[in-house]
Amino acid sequence: MDQVEHFLSLLMKAVFVENLALAFFLGMCTFLAVSKNVKTALGLGVAVILIQAITVPANNLIYTYLLKKNALTWTGIPSLAGNDLEFLGLISYIGVIAAMVQILEMALDRFFPPLYNALGIFLPLITVNCAILGGSLFMVERNYNFADSCVFGFGSGLGWALAIAALAGVREKMKYSDVPDGLKGLGITFITVGLMSLAFMSFSGIQL
Amino acid sequence: MAQSKSAKVLLTPIFANNPIALQVLGICSALAVTSKMETTVVMCIAVTLVTGFSSLIVSAMREYIPNSIRIIVQMTVIASLVIMVDQILKAFLPEIAKTMSVFVGLIITNCIVMGRAEGFAMKNGPMLSFLDGIGNGLGYSVLLLIVGLVRESLGTGKLFGVTLASSVNEGGWYVPNGLMLLPPSAFFLIGIFIWVLRTFDKSQVESE
Repeated sequence: MDQVEHFLSLLMKAVFVENLALAFFLGMCTFLAVSKNVKTALGLGVAVILIQAITVPANNLIYTYLLKKNALTWTGIPSLAGNDLEFLGLISYIGVIAAMVQILEMALDRFFPPLYNALGIFLPLITVNCAILGGSLFMVERNYNFADSCVFGFGSGLGWALAIAALAGVREKMKYSDVPDGLKGLGITFITVGLMSLAFMSFSGIQL
Repeated sequence: MAQSKSAKVLLTPIFANNPIALQVLGICSALAVTSKMETTVVMCIAVTLVTGFSSLIVSAMREYIPNSIRIIVQMTVIASLVIMVDQILKAFLPEIAKTMSVFVGLIITNCIVMGRAEGFAMKNGPMLSFLDGIGNGLGYSVLLLIVGLVRESLGTGKLFGVTLASSVNEGGWYVPNGLMLLPPSAFFLIGIFIWVLRTFDKSQVESE
């Protein structure tokens, strides 16, 4: 029961309290650019959940078994045992992310063509989405084990998708509002996201 | 008197084509590190230098990069520069590096760096690309410095740790504005900056 509670609380934190988009402002560029209508926003959200759920655990394995201090002891080669390759972290994580996005693209094209066509250019753009790299970097910083990484990966992707879908919904309704010229488009979106972010802070008191 | 091409490339991105306010690039880090001036200044210098030098290197190599792998090559150049910046920060400014935690690594996915490398450096000479990179970095810095200034001075009554208006906790008169210390305030400030910019420069207003 304790384990389930631990995972549930990690999931809740990743989705609401430490929402990657609204609390840490990661993935903002695509967040602001793609939130013009709910359907594309949801499509992008699903892609982000998939990528995040795959890359965070994958990067965790790479960090634990290749990069950490003394990680290479499992090879049995004494000269490699004491190495600390943490500085190669950034370039390996981004490499894994780029590769996973490429593979997902090919898999979607082969098995789910309608979704592939709906996402269009946004699928390759996920590679440079700071939320994805940010998720992996947070995982390293907080020293999650493999099971925690799986839950965190899925949860953080879900939180980001939730945020972008909500913003798209608000922006669709705002099309009928009378916004001052200087604020039209980008300006009012920033203020809206600011208010949403303020609202999500109310989750910080939750304890499971 | 016509401006020379270099001067134009260097100065346009500061107000007329600001990466954050018009091009919608590089927003993530603009919001997260601006609660104190120290981290803001370090981030500005880091992004400006990385953008400048990565544009320089990519532009010098542009004739030799095969089209199918150009994104990967650009990412490798940018990632290597960011790893260097990260290591330098950890060595010489460890407390600031800790406060900025994952956001230094996230410069890799900062859309400004990749955007200028892909959009300008691939088609122009090395010297001009370097100036373009520095120019966009400066435009980014202007916005960050303004937001950081407002947030730290109104949020704590201090600037760079030097007390301007001593707060009530220290027996002074200034009641610090708590909203400024919260992340959402950055959203509101950028929204207002965009409003002011577009009121003075009507060409930036988005049409329906």
